[in-house]
Amino acid sequence: MDQNAPGILIVDDEYSVRDSLEKWFQKDGYRTASAQDAGEALKLLQEASYDVALLDIKMPGVDGMELQRRIHKLDTDVTVIMITAFASVETAVQALKEGAFDYITKPIDPDELSHLVRRAIEQRQLKAENIQLRQKVEHLSMPEQIVGTSPQMQEVLEMVRSVAETDATVLVRGESGTGKELIAQAIHANSHRRYFPIIPVNCGALPESLLESELFGHEKGAFTGALYRRKGKLEMSDGGTLFLDEVGTISPKTQIDLLRVLETKEFNRLGGNNPIRVEFRVVSATNQNLEQLVEQGDFREDLYYRLNVFTISIPPLRERREDIPLLAQHFLEKYARQMNRAFTEFDSSAMELMVRYPWPGNVRELANAVERALVVGKAPVVVEEDLPLQLNDAAFLPAGDSLAEVEQVHVERILEQTEWNVSQAAKILGVDRATLYNKIKKYGLSR
Amino acid sequence: MPRLDLVPIFLPGRQEMLDCLCETLNLQLGLEVRQHRPGFDAQTSFDPDRGQYNSTALLRMLLGDLPVETNYVLGVCGVDLFIPVLTYVFGEAQLSGPAAVISIHRLDPSVYGLPADEELLCERLEKEAIHELGHCFGLIHCQQPACVMRASTYVEDIDLKPAGFCHECNPLEVTATCRIFP
Ligand SMILES: [Zn+2]
Ligand SMILES: [Zn+2]
Repeated sequence: MDQNAPGILIVDDEYSVRDSLEKWFQKDGYRTASAQDAGEALKLLQEASYDVALLDIKMPGVDGMELQRRIHKLDTDVTVIMITAFASVETAVQALKEGAFDYITKPIDPDELSHLVRRAIEQRQLKAENIQLRQKVEHLSMPEQIVGTSPQMQEVLEMVRSVAETDATVLVRGESGTGKELIAQAIHANSHRRYFPIIPVNCGALPESLLESELFGHEKGAFTGALYRRKGKLEMSDGGTLFLDEVGTISPKTQIDLLRVLETKEFNRLGGNNPIRVEFRVVSATNQNLEQLVEQGDFREDLYYRLNVFTISIPPLRERREDIPLLAQHFLEKYARQMNRAFTEFDSSAMELMVRYPWPGNVRELANAVERALVVGKAPVVVEEDLPLQLNDAAFLPAGDSLAEVEQVHVERILEQTEWNVSQAAKILGVDRATLYNKIKKYGLSR
Repeated sequence: MPRLDLVPIFLPGRQEMLDCLCETLNLQLGLEVRQHRPGFDAQTSFDPDRGQYNSTALLRMLLGDLPVETNYVLGVCGVDLFIPVLTYVFGEAQLSGPAAVISIHRLDPSVYGLPADEELLCERLEKEAIHELGHCFGLIHCQQPACVMRASTYVEDIDLKPAGFCHECNPLEVTATCRIFP
């Protein structure tokens, strides 16, 4: 057990509760101890320090309430959480008045338990770090895969830095595979919301009715087959960031519902009538021309303005070719490690090919190409032939000069190569299936 | 090669899924995987008040039923599991111990009123199996988003993580090998 890990003390007269909670927290990496009564608990608290104490309210002898008072007299700054059976919630409320951090009812919802304890520990850490931390120049933490030294990418990262702390709504734009989700994660990781979750919702992947229940959740019995109450993504992102991917595909009805939530910060679960208050930041992403959608009446103007307070545009890979060698090497090292293969570099013709290739699927396509090369190639050097076939032949055939023409030829060829296995083709192209279907429709492709 | 036994518990009509899991665990974790029927009465773990099965009790039974030549045992259940203090669990494992048990019940989209999706169910099962076995190998929860050892409390959290270990957690990495497969 890590002696520096946050410590949790569990006080309960029931062995099975102590045992299972200890095991539960150990898997989260906490240092744990347990006591079966108040006397034992007070002794442990004097021997070592704990961050959180979970006290069962109902115990024979000295009960949880009285134990809390004695703990406070001990002058330890342990955060107390009460465990109560449903019947004694009133006592738990009294415990809150006397300084407990919160209470939780048995049987405990595992989700609630981990959130609660994390919240307690974060609050303690925040308190401790407080002023010191603010004066320090905070190190900007970036998710690992944002790689790029080109001026265009430096500009993007600079925008991430400046907007992250402001809590403003951000719209991330860029072609498929440019890493819009990574930018959203970077914004979240550098905001004061970083201790809360970032919840991604892929609006394009779900039909309207599913997206609704995904976002808003539903009550038990809200519709046929709803056997359990289910929290929606809006609720899950409370305190954190909601990431709406492919936001341009949301149906008109859901657009209205979403707009209402953004305005009132309140909503109902499907089939429910207790309004739920939420507080989150919205980062959305699209590869579509939203202005055009607004003009066509497919996207609400008021929602557009609400989402588009601040825009970050990620340039496609072909407009920042100087980043390609760095990215390729990054993925080579990453996948070599994951697959446990001893690849170290690309030979010059492979690298030249990659730098010249137009990468319609952008960084994701590059990552997939490198991954495939490592599967088929022979360590330690990736050669031209190891790169997926489509790089080698028609990549530079004059298909017309516009991007759309190049894309059409490329998509068509990958579909043929995979015998129209859309999932496989999508993977090679580095786009999701919905995007590929759209392209098939757009270019009128068929077998 | 260390050996893992898969034990189906209340899992009728899921042979194909189980075979598929065997293969994945063999490839991903380098374990020799076999299947055997439970040699105990799993029904005794049923709690009529809660309408669920006690996973701690199942773990105990799996341990009592451990063939001598086996290193790990994983129960795969079709029914909902709980440990008494919690409302439910997706699975339970002994930290650095030989036994784990998982349930497909709450991994099934149809349980949440969504259309059935066998492929998604299998993916989730695979991740949960690897996750719980990770605990058996001595791994604790990992903060990396791209790691199977990340804790999942919502079924949707499972979908966000991959089936593989991150660099730090990977039990097959050379540095960790001695620790886990001595
Ligand atoms: Zn776990
Ligand atoms: Zn990890």
